[in-house]
Parts: sequence; structure tokens; C-alpha cells
Amino acid sequence: MKKWLIPVIIIVVVAFGLYSWTKGFNNTAITLKEEAKTAWSNVESAYQRRNDLIGNLVKTVQGAADFERNTLTEVIEARSKATSVNINADNLTEENIKQYEQVQGGLNSALSRLLVSVERYPDLKSNQNFMNLQTQLEGTENRINVERNRYNSAVGKYNTHISLFPNSIFAGWFGFEEMSRYSADEGAEKAKEVEFDFN
Amino acid sequence: MKSLQRLVLFSILTLSGFSFTGFSQIEIPEKPSKEMAVYDAADLLKEAEEQKLRLKLETYADTTSTQIVVATINSLNGEYIGTYAAEWGQKWGIGQKKEDNGLLILIAKKEAKIWFSTGYGLEPYLTDATSKTIIENIILPEFRKANYYEGIDEGTTAVFEVIAGKFDASQVKTSSSKDVGWGFAIFPILIFVVIFILIARKNKGGGSGKGNHGRGPDLLDFLILGSMGRSMGGGSFGGSSSGGFGGGGGFSGGFGGGGFGGGGAGGSW
Repeated sequence: MKKWLIPVIIIVVVAFGLYSWTKGFNNTAITLKEEAKTAWSNVESAYQRRNDLIGNLVKTVQGAADFERNTLTEVIEARSKATSVNINADNLTEENIKQYEQVQGGLNSALSRLLVSVERYPDLKSNQNFMNLQTQLEGTENRINVERNRYNSAVGKYNTHISLFPNSIFAGWFGFEEMSRYSADEGAEKAKEVEFDFN
Repeated sequence: MKSLQRLVLFSILTLSGFSFTGFSQIEIPEKPSKEMAVYDAADLLKEAEEQKLRLKLETYADTTSTQIVVATINSLNGEYIGTYAAEWGQKWGIGQKKEDNGLLILIAKKEAKIWFSTGYGLEPYLTDATSKTIIENIILPEFRKANYYEGIDEGTTAVFEVIAGKFDASQVKTSSSKDVGWGFAIFPILIFVVIFILIARKNKGGGSGKGNHGRGPDLLDFLILGSMGRSMGGGSFGGSSSGGFGGGGGFSGGFGGGGFGGGGAGGSW
């Protein structure tokens, strides 16, 4: 009787251990994934905020007589392109994020060109409304950077969790896939172009 | 068989104890054990000025629950000040958790830069443009004359005014954290009054001519009462009673865990 009891106990213990282990893995992975998704929606709302500001900026600049039409049109087009690309938080693949980066980057460079050309319009430059918008834009660039960093670090936590050795096996079973980071080069470097100097 | 069992158990224990270290690229000072309104690491302020500023900001935090922290550092070490300040505010949790009403004013000595990092909850009131105006028109002119205290003092007063102008005073007072704070502040005072009355009555009841058989409130009574008040009142009571001693009270209740999303503005002198 005792002979078979020992292996049974072992099996029960091991099975229970395995169960709580996988359960722990699974629940942590889900929590981390949700956190990363929330972080992504903050990234998007920071970009949305910028798009709104750019809309106002365009209106203000349009008010200034004989401002270069081309530069303005470029910004307007880039903006409408940027607003048209949205990523569902459940679908944060590398490809989607690349596309998002690309349209936002396009808007970024159009915007920098606009701001450079404003230099030739002293009236516009000293317009209070325009100056306020510039400050708001600068703050929003900062918001974007902050939220993007947080998103990347949330993704990093999740990816580490699912790719460390024993977990990586479970990740395969439960179908957890790596999430993509927002690559710094395309976003962050371009963002630096939109720095404002008031001195 | 036994060794196998032990091995399995052992591996389960060790593996489940795996810890994951999140990575952060930016190095931010650890949250200090004493949570105060002014950290002058770059020594831009005189001791007395630091005290005054601290008292001003901590009193403001106690009455409005909005926490303003001024921090000076020697160098940013290549970090962009806006992002750095936001992560700093977030890490320390300046402001209340629900209201996110924290403001971190970060001043970097070497780079001659200042940044207002506003908590999420302050963004609608202290907009980026308003922060910019305060920095450019009020703070920086003083900083350029090396009047750091004057700049910060006038700048924070302007912040008070901005928030007061938009913020209904009544609205601020009804916040829950505020109520608790008041209750705690009043409680020790109440006890103090009751005990005082009891002692006074005891003295009266002693009758006339029979000498001092009920003792009057001597030094020991006050010491005991004083320490009671301090331990029960937390920072809000201690702040006023220990003002003359060294560090001062700090924020009552410490930083509340407010969040920062990168809003704000900066300038350089």
C-alpha cells in the first residue's frame, strides 16, 4: 500500500506545483500586456493632442497674409495622413507600429519645415497666439517622448516575462507573442528637430 | 526518489521566485526618506532661503493638497530636461494620487535650465503656455541676475495665483484627502484643550488655603502633551510646532503618488 502512495503524492505535488506556476505565468503575462496596451493608448492620445495643436497652428498661420502655400499644404496633408492611421491596441504588431511611426514622422518633418519658414515672418513669430501654440507643441513633444518611453518599458517588461527560459515554453502554449517597441530612431530623432529656441 | 522530489520542489521554488527587473534608461534620484518641498542639491539657495521656501510650499500643500517641489541639480548629464523632470515627478509621486496635482520645478545649474513639469491634474490650469510665461517673464529675469531665491519665490507665487484664479477654493477644500488632514490636525488640539480644562478644574477643586494639593500644569505635562500632539497629528501638527528646529515638517502625509505625463514648459538663463 505504501509503495504506491509515495509516487501518488509526488505526482499530486508536482501537478499542483506546475498548475500554480503556469497560472502565475499566465496571469502576470496578461497583466503586463494590459499595462503595455494602456501605455500605448497614452502614446496615441499624446499624438492626437499634437494633431489638434497642429490644426490650430495651421489656422493661425493661414491668417498671416501671403504665407507660403506649399509649406502649409504639406503640413495639412501630412496631418490628415497621420490622423488616419490608428492602431488597435490588440494589434500592436511591428508592421503596424512602423506605419504609425512613418506617418507621424512625416508630419514631424513637415511641421519642422513650417516652423523654419515662419522665421521669415516676424509678425507671425511675435504673434501671441502663435507663441502659445509653439509652447504647447513643445510640451506635447515632451508628452509624446514620456509616453513612448513608458510604452517601451512596459513592452520590455512583458517581453522579458514571456521570453525568459522556462516561461518561453508556456508562452508558446498559451500563445503569447512578443510586442513591438516604438523604435527610438525614427521617432525621437525627428522629434528633436522640432525643438524651439526662444533666445 | 526523495532526491528527485526535492529537486522538483527546489526548482519550482527557485523558478517561481524569478524577479524581473524593468529597465529605465534615465537615472533619477531615489525618493528621499524625508519628503519635503525643496531639495537644493546644487546649492543655489542659502539655508535661510531654503527654509522660507520650504515653509511656503509646504503650507500651501497643507491647505490646497497641491504639492509643489523645487529641486536643483548640478547637471542633467545629457538628459533632456523635460522628459527627465516628468519621470522624476512620476517616480516620486508628487501630488495626490487621484488629483495628480503635483508640480516639479527642476533647475539644472550647469546647463542653466529650468523646467516646470506639471502633473496630469494640473495641466488644465497651469497650461504649458502659462508655465512658459511665468518662467520667461518672472523667473528667468531674476535668475539672470543670480537671484535664485527671488525667482523661485515670485514664480511659485505666480503659480499659486494661476491655480487660484481657475481653481475654485471651495472645490479644493472638498477633496477627501483634505478632510482627513483637517481631522487629524484638530484632534490633538481637542485633546489638549480637554486635558487642560481637566487640570484647571482639578486645581480649582483643591479648595482654598489647603496648599497646592492638585499640581498645576508643569513642564512635564506640556512635554507629554506636546509629544502626543506630534505623534497623532503627523506632519500637519508637527510642522508648526517644530518649525524652529532644523529640517521643518515636510509635507504632511508625504508625496501622494500623483502622475506626470510630460506636460510643462522650460527655459534657460
